[in-house]
Amino acid sequence: MRRLMTAAAAVLALGMGLGAAAAQDKLKVGFIYIGPKNDGGWTQRHDVGRQELEAALGDKVETTYVENVPEGQDAERAIERLARTGHKLIFTTSFGYMDPTLKVAAKFPDVKFEHATGYKTAPNVSTYNSKFHEGRYVIGQIAAKMSKTGQAGYIASFPIPEVVLGINAFLLGAQSVNPDFKLKVVWVNSWFDPGKEADAAKTLFDQGVDVITQHTDSPAPLQIAEERGMHGFGQASDQIAFAPKAQYTSIIDNWGPYYIRRAQAVLDGTWTSGQVWGGFADGHVVLAPFTNLPDDVVKMAEETEAKIKSGELNPFAGPIYKQDGTEFIPAGKVIDDGTLLGMNWYVKGVDDKLPQ
Amino acid sequence: MGAAEAILLTVVTAAVPLLLAAIGELVVERSGVLNLGVEGMMIMGAAGGFAAATLSGSPYIGIFGGLAAGIVMAALFAFVTLFLVANQVASGLALSLLGLGLSGIIGEPFVGTPGTKLPALAVPVLSDIPLVGKVLFAQDILVYAAAAITFGVWWFLYRTRGGLIVRAVGDNHGSAHALGYPVIRVRLLAILFGGACAGLAGAYLSLAYTPLWIENMTAGRGWIALALVVFASWLPARVVVGALLFGAVSILQFHAQAMGLGIPSQFLSSLPYLVTILVLVLISSNRSVLRVNTPASLGRPFVPDR
Repeated sequence: MRRLMTAAAAVLALGMGLGAAAAQDKLKVGFIYIGPKNDGGWTQRHDVGRQELEAALGDKVETTYVENVPEGQDAERAIERLARTGHKLIFTTSFGYMDPTLKVAAKFPDVKFEHATGYKTAPNVSTYNSKFHEGRYVIGQIAAKMSKTGQAGYIASFPIPEVVLGINAFLLGAQSVNPDFKLKVVWVNSWFDPGKEADAAKTLFDQGVDVITQHTDSPAPLQIAEERGMHGFGQASDQIAFAPKAQYTSIIDNWGPYYIRRAQAVLDGTWTSGQVWGGFADGHVVLAPFTNLPDDVVKMAEETEAKIKSGELNPFAGPIYKQDGTEFIPAGKVIDDGTLLGMNWYVKGVDDKLPQ
Repeated sequence: MGAAEAILLTVVTAAVPLLLAAIGELVVERSGVLNLGVEGMMIMGAAGGFAAATLSGSPYIGIFGGLAAGIVMAALFAFVTLFLVANQVASGLALSLLGLGLSGIIGEPFVGTPGTKLPALAVPVLSDIPLVGKVLFAQDILVYAAAAITFGVWWFLYRTRGGLIVRAVGDNHGSAHALGYPVIRVRLLAILFGGACAGLAGAYLSLAYTPLWIENMTAGRGWIALALVVFASWLPARVVVGALLFGAVSILQFHAQAMGLGIPSQFLSSLPYLVTILVLVLISSNRSVLRVNTPASLGRPFVPDR
């Protein structure tokens, strides 16, 4: 009997050893999501990136994701569970995961962590984000070309620097085409409330705006534009299905290239901690196919995109004036990334008072 | 279409889901049951309605989908609270959480699919009246239904014997039982009616307000409806006032923002809540009216002594 037990234990040990060996060949990559993976916006785009990673690296990686993880204590537990179960690269995809990620990272020095949209790093924690404002500059130009009323509407979520940066980039793009272009801003104080977003869109159209854009997550504003025979832009993903006649283009979050690059770096042993803020040039930001636009406007948009990509054009090159008319930066200079990331003032031409 | 008419139209759209959900909950609470699961029933109505509309290709079938989803959720609540005599507050909260999760599963295949909007049914001639024509006579069927249901509830509660029984059950279930009224059956029907209304409210969101499905798209409207019932001191007319007021202030604050008046947007965003509560509290400040209308047995479980 005892011999039988020993044999069984040996077999078991052998099996476990084999299992561990097989797992070592594959890099296990974990993802923490703030919402459901099919939310039609932010989280869905991260999940598409995860799928692209699997498709690109095939047998070399194995991915796991955890959905609907609230920011705070729960996040710490979820991240730690991934770290304990052999994941060597973990992406935490919401701003509020910043401190939990750093806490877990301190306990697992051999695991690499990547935190989206944060600013704190560690030897095994990188941060990554996208320059969506490059896309917003381009759509601002399109709006100015297409608007008959000379003003656009902007549905904004919360008065945080990232959103303010987007509003300014949009208006600067528009003013590069039409210096007198005006922008109406409506704050819905929510990332996600289709009803409110729709109400805001209706309000803007009722007040004489004929092009809208939004920094909220649902396609509801575009649906209203479609209904009213007006126009707008998609957010986070291509929303053409919701507004085949109204969407000009859409700013798409494209995380796949970054995820592939970082997983490959871990496989090659070349991963180092860093801060990445990628735009058009890095493939982080992509514009959906241009639709419902005349050829010359498409050509202009494509040229602008190419110039931003090559570095020839910086949306935040001077001269840039603040809302009250004072010059913030003179011609020949550009606003640096650090200032952009903390932006809390409007450029000239915004028809709104920034909530402080 | 003038600016005033455009604003009125938007106000009605914003008020209808709140009105539908609140008028259903009013009947439930009048029968002495506190169902905090309005948000859960509403979101299930939105998911069920959108699923049925997409699968059948008709938004009208979608309405029945929303109705059915709301009733099923309410039936679950009724079973747990009336027959198993579970705590109503806890069960209601659980129902909200369950609805949010379950609707995500039901809705999963429909994310990213545009829906078909419920068409507006214009009454000839009347809908051409300036200012109010379109608002009153060129709406979709759910708006007319909301008006009819609200009137029906008022008429039922105050002009019929059945309504008197519902109110009696809600005020003192012991006495109602002693008089021979079927307390459990009355409450069961009230809960199912509340579920149907919440389901319709949800269906209105996913079929008319914003014809799409996204998880958590009710975004707290169920909770607002619940609050409306209490602040309206359980009176149907005041629920109408509250819902319209909330809708109106929600829309007007957007207009104030778009006009660039320079009022802080956080303050404007909180206005619908502040104004609605303030107005309803003021019109309900008559204590004797409040005492008469508050269902005395609200939230108390009923176990018949045999």
